[in-house]
Amino acid sequence: MRERCPLLRRWLQNDGFGFEYFGNTEIGVLDMKDTYEPYVTDDGRQIGNVLMEMKNITLRFGGVVAIKDISFDIREGEIRAIIGPNGAGKSSMLNVISGFYHPQEGEVWFRGEKRKLMKPFEVANQGVARTFQNIALFEGMSVLDNVMTGRLTHMKTNIFQQALWWGKAEKEETENREAVEKIIDFLEIQAIRKTPVGRLPYGLKKRVELARALAAEPKLLLLDEPMAGMNVEEKEDMSRYILDVNDEFGTTVALIEHDMGVVMDLSDRVVVMDYGKKIGDGTPDEVRNNQAVIDAYLGVAHD
Amino acid sequence: MSNASAQAGSLVSIPHLLARNVAKYGDKAAYREKEFGIWQSWNWAESADEIRAIALGFLELGVSKGDFVAIIGRNRPALYWSMVATQMVGAIPVPLYQDAVAEEMSYVLEHCGARFVIVGDQEQVDKVIEVQETVKGIDHIIYHDRRGMRKYDHSKMNALADIQATGRAAHDRFDAELEKRWTSLGYDDICVMLYTSGTTGRPKGVVLSNRNIIETSKNSSEFDHLRADDEILAYLPMAWVGDFIFSIGQAYWTAFCVNCPESQDTMMTDLREIGPTYYFAPPRVFETQLTNVMIRMEDAGRIKKWMFNKGMSVARKIGPDLLDGKSAGLVDRIKYGLGNLFVYGPLKNTLGFSKVRVGYTAGEAIGPEIFDFYRSLGINLKQLYGQTEASVFITQQPDGQVRSDTVGVPSPDVEIKIADNGEVFYRSPGVFVEYYKNADSTASTKDAEGWVATGDAGFIEEGTGHLRIIDRAKDVGKMANGLLFAPKYVENKLKFYSNILEAVVFGSDQDYCTAFINIDLTAVGNWAERNNIAYGSYQELAGHSRVLDMIQSHVEEINTSVAQDDMLSGCQIHRFLVLHKELDADDGEMTRTRKVRRRIVEEKYSDLITALYDGSKTVSTVTEVTYEDGRKGAIKATLEIRDARTVPSAQKMAAE
Repeated sequence: MRERCPLLRRWLQNDGFGFEYFGNTEIGVLDMKDTYEPYVTDDGRQIGNVLMEMKNITLRFGGVVAIKDISFDIREGEIRAIIGPNGAGKSSMLNVISGFYHPQEGEVWFRGEKRKLMKPFEVANQGVARTFQNIALFEGMSVLDNVMTGRLTHMKTNIFQQALWWGKAEKEETENREAVEKIIDFLEIQAIRKTPVGRLPYGLKKRVELARALAAEPKLLLLDEPMAGMNVEEKEDMSRYILDVNDEFGTTVALIEHDMGVVMDLSDRVVVMDYGKKIGDGTPDEVRNNQAVIDAYLGVAHD
Repeated sequence: MSNASAQAGSLVSIPHLLARNVAKYGDKAAYREKEFGIWQSWNWAESADEIRAIALGFLELGVSKGDFVAIIGRNRPALYWSMVATQMVGAIPVPLYQDAVAEEMSYVLEHCGARFVIVGDQEQVDKVIEVQETVKGIDHIIYHDRRGMRKYDHSKMNALADIQATGRAAHDRFDAELEKRWTSLGYDDICVMLYTSGTTGRPKGVVLSNRNIIETSKNSSEFDHLRADDEILAYLPMAWVGDFIFSIGQAYWTAFCVNCPESQDTMMTDLREIGPTYYFAPPRVFETQLTNVMIRMEDAGRIKKWMFNKGMSVARKIGPDLLDGKSAGLVDRIKYGLGNLFVYGPLKNTLGFSKVRVGYTAGEAIGPEIFDFYRSLGINLKQLYGQTEASVFITQQPDGQVRSDTVGVPSPDVEIKIADNGEVFYRSPGVFVEYYKNADSTASTKDAEGWVATGDAGFIEEGTGHLRIIDRAKDVGKMANGLLFAPKYVENKLKFYSNILEAVVFGSDQDYCTAFINIDLTAVGNWAERNNIAYGSYQELAGHSRVLDMIQSHVEEINTSVAQDDMLSGCQIHRFLVLHKELDADDGEMTRTRKVRRRIVEEKYSDLITALYDGSKTVSTVTEVTYEDGRKGAIKATLEIRDARTVPSAQKMAAE
């Protein structure tokens, strides 16, 4: 018997086999989510067509198979979570989505087109932005400058025009600054606008990273453990911001997270991975009642 | 004089003043607000246009004369406009504290029977919706910030911008009605209703008439020679009478510009960017700023530290004198000039005080060191004494007669008398009309001749005519041995130490005085860092024996100084403890304006008080705390009780 995720175990034992399993309302919802018709969630958000589809992805590092024949989709406007024990291949999956890794087999479809072999910046230009598990900000630069770098994909002038900061470059910066200020306002980081990122506490850095990703106005936002290392209050704030971003801008979100409570509350659908394989996929309730998922987290008794 | 009153005669309400400002100062800035990182500004003509649009929208919504309109949110031009628009349609604005929880709000909303509520953002909307479960009178909610509001049921809700758009579209239908409504406003009509924070019992709705507000604004503006090109930063709660007088009363009377910060957290940056010429802050703000300056100087390099200390010693010597216009030697003047160039100027600039011509503090006593620090920098900081019931001003300090231990001379047109028990009474044109729906309280506060009891005990200093306040009249008591007990007097002395944030002194009907102390986490935390004292939490730091040693030395110092005063020598502190949590408004221990609710503290911590008097060395306790989101928790702690050395009083020593 092995036990790998005490958090999930606790959650499973507490209400994993709740009554809703037998309720018929749940089934109605499930049916709707299984079809590819656009629908409206209980809290009034519009879920649209498939935005990104992963088809039979296999990723190998030499002899190690990190991801093995996984397929799933992300629909427009939804919050999609990828969970799994340590080493399950979640971050690798996110790296495949963001174009950082190229799978040996399988196809990535984005907005109805098959993605060719792309560099990460080309993927970013397509409208995919991300944050990192270990914060990757420019520590010596101010919050404002950091968020401005998120607008890079929207800037057309070249390096010389920007260096001279004349005519088109100036106009462009003003426009982009305006967009950035709206995000600063949205995430309530006005007070640290001019503060160097290196001086900020961890929780705020995470928020700045979210701001930079948002500044790119992404179609798809990838969050790699947005709440790792945060206290309860910071987690609540971050959850609120993720929901607000999704609600206000209609941004599709795909996230990796360890905190099960957060994942189940936030997401519309969850993919569960274990040892590079997909062992579950569906609504939080479906996943929590899936025998394979329970086995993976709680272990199987030898009897 | 006759000219002035004739002018005042036609200016009988805030909307009248607005019309005059548009005519006289139309293209001068009236409001500024930092939004999306840029200061947006509106001149008087544009502001009037916005206000008019809101007022027309109100008429379309069906706001009637005499309706109460509650306004909840942080300081934003749109909310100030909403207040004036409310007055234009003959309704009464009731600003509420934005950080009040739904439960506190429901009492006020029920009491005034507000039909309309104007709020800043979604957070406030949620609270009002919660209130609506019990309070049925609210017809319509209007919000300013649209964020997160898309999915709410809008059958009884609107965005302020939509109200304005409707108002503008319907102006043909309502122009005449609006004109009729605001021109018919009279000098004795209600201008605003403000709820007092209530250190005791339920908040009371203080009704202030146009006469109260306009006369007071006129007098106080003239007293300090306020001008149309003055700038203020509106950052104090809109529900507080001071903000209403500064940001509406005086602003409309003198037509100066009201600047609203971007958010609560950016207040200091915004202060620096605006550089107000007229500034008000409670003592706590000045205290915090001074603490921050001192902490940063501790960490500064040697040269900077030397310059700062050298400069400040010169400033302390002659700064206040120069400010009062007294003569000083040439050498000193040159030294001060140099200091100004290298130290005070840059420091004032950092603090945002470069341009302050008139600065006020009030609400609590301010420490003499703190007060002198700012004055020695050349900032004209003064004290005033006021109340909601007086439309703020009772006494204030004229230029040239500024001291830290008095609250000044009676403001223009204010009469003062001291009752036999020491309570201060006043009578002025600013005296409130009544407490709304509370005739009993009105009668017990204001007598037939218009004298109002302040509830504060004080005396008028002979020679100077300045008023000195000792304490709340009802808190002044007798100890078991018959000596006078004035807790606030001692608490203030304690609070003047930067390490002590709050103190509560007990001793009424007891043999000796004892105290609860709250440490100031910023100052003590910094001290701990410098002295290599490790701590994991507020509670741990507060209970650290070296912190207790430090606090004990402070207590013993004030005992020595209290002993100097014959009348109050009995108030020396014999035993004290350092509380394991900060006193907090969310737990009901303080008012929203951060005044200690003595009776609630006494009840809540009765076990600790018992321990202070039964001679025990330690005491274990469990305290309930309320988090910001309303959840409750408990803190367990074992507190050490210390005995402090006391000094025999001067009187006794003479007798022996």
